[in-house]
Amino acid sequence: MSQGLLDAQHAPNGAAHRATLAAASGQLSRRAFLKLGAAAGGGLLLGISFSAAAQDSTQGSQGPQVGQSVGGDDGNEAPQDGVFEPNAFVQIDRSGKVTLIIPKVEMGQGVYTSIPMLIAEELEVPLDSVTVDHAPPNAKLFTDPLLGGQLTGGSTSIRYAWQPMREAGAAARTMLIQAAAQQWQVDPASCHAKAGEVLHDESGRRIAYGQLVDAAAHLPVPQQVALKDPKDFTLVGKPTKRLDSPEKVDGSALFGLDVRLPGMVYAAIVNCPVFGGTLASVDDTHAKQIPGVSQVVKVDNAVAVIGAHTWAAKRGASALVIEWNEGAGANVSMQQIVADLASASQREGAVARKDGDVQQAFGAAKTRVDAVYQQPFLAHATMEPMNCTVHVRPDGCDIWVGTQVPTRAVDAAVAVTGLRPEQVTLHNHLLGGGFGRRLEVDGITQALKIAKQLDVPVKVLYTREEDIQHDMYRPFYYDRLSAGLDANGKPVAWQHRIAGSSILARFAPPAFQHGIDPDAVEVAADLPYDLPNQLIEYVRQEPHAVPTAFWRGVGPTRGTFVVESFIDELAVAAKTDPVTYRRNLLGKSPRALNVLDVATRAANWGPPMPKGQGRGVSVMHAFGSFLCMVADVTVDDGDVRVNRVVCAVDCGMAVNPETIEAQMQGGIVFGITAALYSEITIERGRVTQTNFTDYRILRIDQMPQIDVHIVKSAEAPGGIGEPGTAALAPAITNAIYAATGKRVRQLPVGRQLMNAGSAAKSA
Amino acid sequence: MTTLIINGETHAVDAPPDMPLLWVLRDIVGLTGTKFGCGIAQCGACTVHIDGEPARSCVMPVAALAGRKITTIEAVGTTPAGQKVQKAWRELDVVQCGYCQSGQVMSAAALIASNPNPSDADIDAAMAGNICRCGTYARIRAAIKQAAKEA
Repeated sequence: MSQGLLDAQHAPNGAAHRATLAAASGQLSRRAFLKLGAAAGGGLLLGISFSAAAQDSTQGSQGPQVGQSVGGDDGNEAPQDGVFEPNAFVQIDRSGKVTLIIPKVEMGQGVYTSIPMLIAEELEVPLDSVTVDHAPPNAKLFTDPLLGGQLTGGSTSIRYAWQPMREAGAAARTMLIQAAAQQWQVDPASCHAKAGEVLHDESGRRIAYGQLVDAAAHLPVPQQVALKDPKDFTLVGKPTKRLDSPEKVDGSALFGLDVRLPGMVYAAIVNCPVFGGTLASVDDTHAKQIPGVSQVVKVDNAVAVIGAHTWAAKRGASALVIEWNEGAGANVSMQQIVADLASASQREGAVARKDGDVQQAFGAAKTRVDAVYQQPFLAHATMEPMNCTVHVRPDGCDIWVGTQVPTRAVDAAVAVTGLRPEQVTLHNHLLGGGFGRRLEVDGITQALKIAKQLDVPVKVLYTREEDIQHDMYRPFYYDRLSAGLDANGKPVAWQHRIAGSSILARFAPPAFQHGIDPDAVEVAADLPYDLPNQLIEYVRQEPHAVPTAFWRGVGPTRGTFVVESFIDELAVAAKTDPVTYRRNLLGKSPRALNVLDVATRAANWGPPMPKGQGRGVSVMHAFGSFLCMVADVTVDDGDVRVNRVVCAVDCGMAVNPETIEAQMQGGIVFGITAALYSEITIERGRVTQTNFTDYRILRIDQMPQIDVHIVKSAEAPGGIGEPGTAALAPAITNAIYAATGKRVRQLPVGRQLMNAGSAAKSA
Repeated sequence: MTTLIINGETHAVDAPPDMPLLWVLRDIVGLTGTKFGCGIAQCGACTVHIDGEPARSCVMPVAALAGRKITTIEAVGTTPAGQKVQKAWRELDVVQCGYCQSGQVMSAAALIASNPNPSDADIDAAMAGNICRCGTYARIRAAIKQAAKEA
């Protein structure tokens, strides 16, 4: 990755303090949109503001607004309703090369292909002429209005870029055509653009964009641009190969861990095994005798061994004799954490949603169903372990890392070093998996504390064991549900209380309002089903000392498992087929009903399954997308094998179907791993699991067939990175119920079917 | 000093005898395409070829490798099998985050080189040591089959 067109000028930010989920704050403002500037090395530079379009996309299912006017009458004046604040840039240089600077990082989800597709479509350039640069950290410039910070996460990237990127492309194209028309002294309307050139058919003249950019840079920004009718798209909606494949199959792609710098040393870290504990003393006599070890550095809760290479540092780390002040964290155990949550779930919670009169409805109900669901702590286990390379000098600091939150990384550097933000340079890299782990700056902060004690650049690496045991974990959640059914089995009362850690209260405090964590109640408080009387509550209960964080699929992953399992329980209580039961409740959600129909038809829902096998279903509306999963499983001697998953997804207008399919496939695999295997347990304040041996990941020999059906839609695009994982688990556990009669109310499935056998319920 | 033959070039490296090849490649020689994932041969991200056979470089002491032919992801494209695998990987859009893919390509190239027509069971056996957290397995399988077709 090149370092970008913009110098890393960092506006004072403090994004960490201001960040808030827009959905929670509702404080979006519609701002300017597009402005013209001259590029430093010649050419055309456009600034793009995402605010207005992002606001539109938060409205959910509205279609794209075509032909929206472009603000700024001469391109240099602020529009009437606010100060122009671009947060993405596109440059077309004199060779015709198009460079996008976007505040989104690539972590596998394909945005470095799909966002360029949006601009290439309207700009009329081949996709391979567009390259992407990481945006430098700058909260003022690059804040995502959907997320309230310069963040990549929550399946927001395409939702955020859909409208403004196309408008920027259209505006640039209009200006280039105008520049050509002026040069030729013809009517712009008699010219058109194609494949990076402006053409004038009457005279047969043509001219490349690169030769027009300087002239175009002096033209006013058009007041109005007409966007293409989707039926005329040549790129958007067509399966398109990723732009980053070549470098990722020949080893040349650079992740944070691949940085090499002159004079760089390597650090291996030993963190206090107990959450919240601190360093008491360290005997480094043996460590320092290991060839290649140069230094041992102490920080508040860890010791780092510095070496000429990773191996020396690792061996040195193993040779340390450390005394820890374990503190109160040493008393934390799963038993206590779960007991605390169980007790919290008995308390009245903050009301996230209240429709009708639940108590009265329970009184009138014919049948009552109650259940408790539990979900474990989860580690992220990105394939690239946590790492960060830092060089701290008296007058500046450089950080090399792959992060989802560049501005927070700069904030961390300011906090640790006392330098000013403009003295900090962040070199962002490809992420070897994010999944929420790289939304946190704990590892960056620690690397800064180590680097501050050295006068050379240092690469700090977590071993896999450190990475698993010093993650920030998806919280353990404890959910209590009750429903009342009428004589026909229809749910007339629905009560759901969620107890667990609030990630948002720490991550974005303003988003935590009136005792409600909007992430923890997501999906649960906004079900697609017709439930006339419902009460959804949240009780915040933090696990002592255990740090919690977002994990792929975020709130909808935790919510969907619970509600889609419980709906299945109600179908059983009503003696109704689970698909029919759902269909009867989806009358007000046609898009959800449609994906249910598409997936169940494709999966051939209905006929009995052979003994020991089962088929389960789940439906989800989250991230602006609708999903249905149908899973087929075999349960044999307590072991579950997933044979097939059929997925129907309606994510609105499909920008790159190739990426959507890949994200569904990958999200499903991520979800299977979690449903069947994943669990972090804590004893004496320490994480029990260590590596892939006991934190198991699905491998290719356990891989099911996956069929992805993308529903055609004209709605605005929804997210695709998170939903595949979020929707998956209940389809599996519902299939296990169909196979065995055993209702899995606690994840992971693990070994809990050992005594359920395979024949408890014959087909 | 240990003399290593890496991608056809001879390197004299100053490394302790027990230092795993992975760190010699990454930290001393400067070939960072080979990745660190687990350090205990459980994930396959560090896979290289030793005399054409796939090996987990994170547990391979450098002392055992003097005079043996080491091939890494940076050069596997010069082998017929590696070239076919990389081409299929690109054509089927296998990668996501990409971090594990060096190891996946190396394991697949070794498989294709030794077994030009692998069955699903052969693919399972050869590739089950390589974890992909992004879950690209369906495309890995398809790409191996496509690469085999071109053999």
